[in-house]
Amino acid sequence: MGSHFIRGVLVLCLALAVGFVPAASPVDAQGKGTVKIATQSPLSGGQAALGEGIKLGTQLAVEKFKGNLEKAGWKVELVPFDDQAKPDVGVANAKNIIADKDILGVIGHLNSGVAIPSSEVYKEVNLTMISPANTNPTVTDRGYANVYRVCGRDDVQGVVGSEFAHGSLKSKTAYVIHDKTTYGQGVAEFFKADAEKKGIKVIGFEGTEEKSNFDPIITPIKAKNPDLIYFGGIYEQAAPFFKAAREKGIKAKFLGPDGLDSSDLTKIAGKTVVGMHYTSVAGPVSVYPQAKQFADEYKKKFGKNPEPFAAQAYDATAILLKAIEASAKGGKAPTRDSVTAAVRDVKHTGITGTVEFDAKGDPKKALYFVLQVASDNPEKWGDNKEVKRLTIAAPAAPKK
Amino acid sequence: MDFDLLVGIFPQVLLDGLILGFMYALIALGYTMVYGVLEFINFAHSEIFVVGAFVGAEILLSLQSAGWLERAPWILVLLAVLLAGAVISGLLAVTIERVAYRPLRTAPRLIPLISAIGVSFFLQDAVRLVESIWRNAFNLVYPPMDVLNERYELTSTIDVSMKSLVVIVAALLMLWGLHALVNRTKIGTAIRAVAEDQAAASLMGINVNRIISLTFLIGGAMGGAAGVLFGVQYGLINPYTGFIPGLKAFTAAVLGGIGNIPGAMVGGLVLGLLEAFAASYMSLLTGGAFGAEYKDIFAFSVLILILIFRPKGLLGEVVRERA
Repeated sequence: MGSHFIRGVLVLCLALAVGFVPAASPVDAQGKGTVKIATQSPLSGGQAALGEGIKLGTQLAVEKFKGNLEKAGWKVELVPFDDQAKPDVGVANAKNIIADKDILGVIGHLNSGVAIPSSEVYKEVNLTMISPANTNPTVTDRGYANVYRVCGRDDVQGVVGSEFAHGSLKSKTAYVIHDKTTYGQGVAEFFKADAEKKGIKVIGFEGTEEKSNFDPIITPIKAKNPDLIYFGGIYEQAAPFFKAAREKGIKAKFLGPDGLDSSDLTKIAGKTVVGMHYTSVAGPVSVYPQAKQFADEYKKKFGKNPEPFAAQAYDATAILLKAIEASAKGGKAPTRDSVTAAVRDVKHTGITGTVEFDAKGDPKKALYFVLQVASDNPEKWGDNKEVKRLTIAAPAAPKK
Repeated sequence: MDFDLLVGIFPQVLLDGLILGFMYALIALGYTMVYGVLEFINFAHSEIFVVGAFVGAEILLSLQSAGWLERAPWILVLLAVLLAGAVISGLLAVTIERVAYRPLRTAPRLIPLISAIGVSFFLQDAVRLVESIWRNAFNLVYPPMDVLNERYELTSTIDVSMKSLVVIVAALLMLWGLHALVNRTKIGTAIRAVAEDQAAASLMGINVNRIISLTFLIGGAMGGAAGVLFGVQYGLINPYTGFIPGLKAFTAAVLGGIGNIPGAMVGGLVLGLLEAFAASYMSLLTGGAFGAEYKDIFAFSVLILILIFRPKGLLGEVVRERA
């Protein structure tokens, strides 16, 4: 059998190689070249649900809006990268991205702690990054010309949370947990600072990297019996925490930032999180009237409902493509410098509202939401009730 | 300082620490048994543990979707799941030994160690691949069983859940069973003989390879059952869940004296308790300056101190006569 088997494998390899040859060297007859758009988001690991949403939202937008560029003779391609929600992986990817001269813009990341070091790399070559999801203030406060975001900021989001805790939930005491990341600890500290100003007593402030065994953290919380627990972090950690806390008999209300905004929250924590509130910079697709068609197309193409930030990624991509078109006007070849400059002038009305950038790269006006988990069925995450909606301008850059 | 608070939570922390400690002890047995026989650290053991957890989750999830989870008596379901997790993990451990370790048995000590690390990475991503294809998700949630979530109030601040009791009882039974097996049966005598001197044991008519396979089977089965208990207790698993518990259990085995079965139990309990007390008390005692995030630093500092004064572990390493 041996030699026949080997010969068979060889023939198969040859056949495959022949089959792949045309695909491996695309010939673009009258084309001027290729324009590539990269995404960076976690595609594997515990946060892959949100990260994949960013990639798919971008993919949908590229397919929808690439027409003008293709007419002008450019081939438009999407290159997805998996940053694994880890800063070192994000930076390594960023180095690969800047080495590919065809890449004219990056849509990403999900995690501020990954976006900040990665954008240092993009800055070396003035490569545009438009973030659909990074809310940490530092992302834009560094004043880099190539860094933009289409969402709100944590210094506002934390305050929206504490205002809601004080005004609507009437909490007197709060216990704050965070995940020790740039994003989670950042928003937790903004929440804490403003909550204390409003007279809420913060009786605990605890960081943890634990993912499964929360018992030793919960025991002191139970003894202190706070009115509210604020979790600054991402759903993969918050969900098992909330579940364990309720099961251990904690009666406090739960609150958290947009990191909790994923259907996986109810998939993991089930009915223990029904009725809890979270703030977000990305409303569910149902609050945007224009987004209905997007949600339908997304569902049809990918067989699942869009996760939060998919719509933001879609809009960010549309903005990037507009900027590339603008800098390709008159048959010129768009460059990284011309695209970065052009983004600032784009005024785009997308499915999540109208975006216009200020000098730092923040949207001039951003929407903030307070949402309530409606059902323990992950399929119905999109039905979460909007309790409050605020339009707040980005704060001015801090004095240096 | 709120003295009542510190005293009030003490029994609850003790209980949390015991549960965690038993979990570590069960996993540590796999490390310590293999070390006792082969003087080799099986770094793939944390993945054997995770495979057990996944087997349990898959069975419970399919029972749930068939609607049998509520109807069948919970104790039978739990026993069946524990057994399935133990059998599959045990067989997996035997296979790993046959494929990845046995061909390297005469190689220098570091070579099978590297092979073990490779197997560990392979299994992590194999589990991820299989689950992604099978379920399109690899973060699995153990379906809640109402009986297990029932809570019994001991005092107004202390309560214990059914699942915690299950973990403790199951762990005690397994530890007792293993102890009896190793010390009171013929097979146990053979295992101890192989650990003492492989060449002499084979001269006495013991099939050394079979005994080594058996050691992996028992260690793997304990790990798999521990995986199921972990899932039942903490609810959420993914292919990388095993890494930290595995590392801690390995530490527990060293702390108790590696190669020493009662040592693994003692080491596991000590480490679990240290961790629970550090996590719950540190921020209370330091006024929030050092929080729960420093629990591992505290626990491991104590470990280093213990090992400075007792380098062979609390109960001593099983030292082998070398010719």
